[in-house]
Amino acid sequence: MIRDAITVSAKDLRLETRARVVLTQVMPFVLAIVLLFGFALDADTALLRRATSGLFWTTVLFAAVVIVQRSSAVEQQDGVLDALRMSGLSPGGIYLGKVTALFVQLLAVELFLGLAVVVLYDVTPTGIALLTVVALLAGLGIAAAGALYGPLAAGTRTRDTLLPLLMLPVMAPVLLGGARAFEVALGRGVGGGWAWAGMLGIFAVVYLALGTAVWGPLLEDT
Amino acid sequence: MDPVVDLRAAVVLLGRFPALAGVDLVVDAGEILWLAGPNGAGKSTLLRLCAGLVPLQSGSAFVLGHDLGADRRAARRSVGLLGHATGLYDELTPTENLVFWARALRADVTAVVSALDRVALIERVRHLPVSQLSEGQRRRASLAAMLIRRPKLWLLDEPHAGLDAGARDLVDALCREAVAVGATVVFASHESDRARLLATRTVTVSGGMAGVMSPS
Repeated sequence: MIRDAITVSAKDLRLETRARVVLTQVMPFVLAIVLLFGFALDADTALLRRATSGLFWTTVLFAAVVIVQRSSAVEQQDGVLDALRMSGLSPGGIYLGKVTALFVQLLAVELFLGLAVVVLYDVTPTGIALLTVVALLAGLGIAAAGALYGPLAAGTRTRDTLLPLLMLPVMAPVLLGGARAFEVALGRGVGGGWAWAGMLGIFAVVYLALGTAVWGPLLEDT
Repeated sequence: MDPVVDLRAAVVLLGRFPALAGVDLVVDAGEILWLAGPNGAGKSTLLRLCAGLVPLQSGSAFVLGHDLGADRRAARRSVGLLGHATGLYDELTPTENLVFWARALRADVTAVVSALDRVALIERVRHLPVSQLSEGQRRRASLAAMLIRRPKLWLLDEPHAGLDAGARDLVDALCREAVAVGATVVFASHESDRARLLATRTVTVSGGMAGVMSPS
């Protein structure tokens, strides 16, 4: 399964380096959101700093929808899904490979977004250890859930609108946990940052286990 | 020796429509079987059933000794299906696609170059994204992926469609080579002149039923 996951993630990352969706579409989209929030809040840096944690994770979730949509769409090309079914790759391996590729792309977006809010919102990053762990765990959770809901939506005619409807509500724990933990790390919340990180870890593990278990039937039926 | 394909009263539903309505078909090892019949007769569904891609509703279906009624995935590793679609990622080059599928199949990655050579895919297009290839070049790349797979049962759906004369001859040659090394070929085609020359036996599929077996 691990070998299959490596094969699939390498392929997905190679596809991304060719299409450059993250670089040319997602990152400008993320930057536009950060700028628009700045305009909406009248460039009030004190208010922007207070709102940074929530804005950060809301933006990551919007970006995640685009990345997951793309990740699922590549498997709908010209008979690829049938070829995958007949490839002998373990469904769990395919799922973990797609999670890994999504995770890498989300980390790139989180890093870019982090730099953007530091520069544009005048945020001083403190609590680097907590910020890093939360970014990793939340990214993993979003990737794990996204790789599960992406194919569900991709098999329908309303996939473009269905995916956000399916995905965003279940990401509420990531938004909540990520935002609260970031507030603590940035010195604006009260205690409990690592507890939120733990909750994000549980979310990721639950979705990884669920996705590995159900990706077989999902691959057959989509 | 057990037949490679053994279907008895096989029924496949697509939605509520019986795409196969009780097919009986036996294919022995080493045959090149032509499935003839009009559009919508059920030829593609028959091929997809043999590939384990559609569920068997009733009847029995054995492919390479595997009971598809019990586990339709069981025979997939030993079967190759080349349908209307290429099964290739548009943004990857033919070489990258084949390396990916070779790794997925635990096949020999070094066989990629020889497979591309065998299908005569010209060197300069091997490193272009598949999206920039002509239809014929894509089909050649798909055939190369089939060669890497080394299936015991070849399932080809309109294998000559969209190909020039040279590529059509190549398809026929590959089928004969596969049979020579112990594989079996089942193909659906509307090109009766060419199909008749290639096949060792013909089965007509009509209205979801297979019948009228005759020597080619």
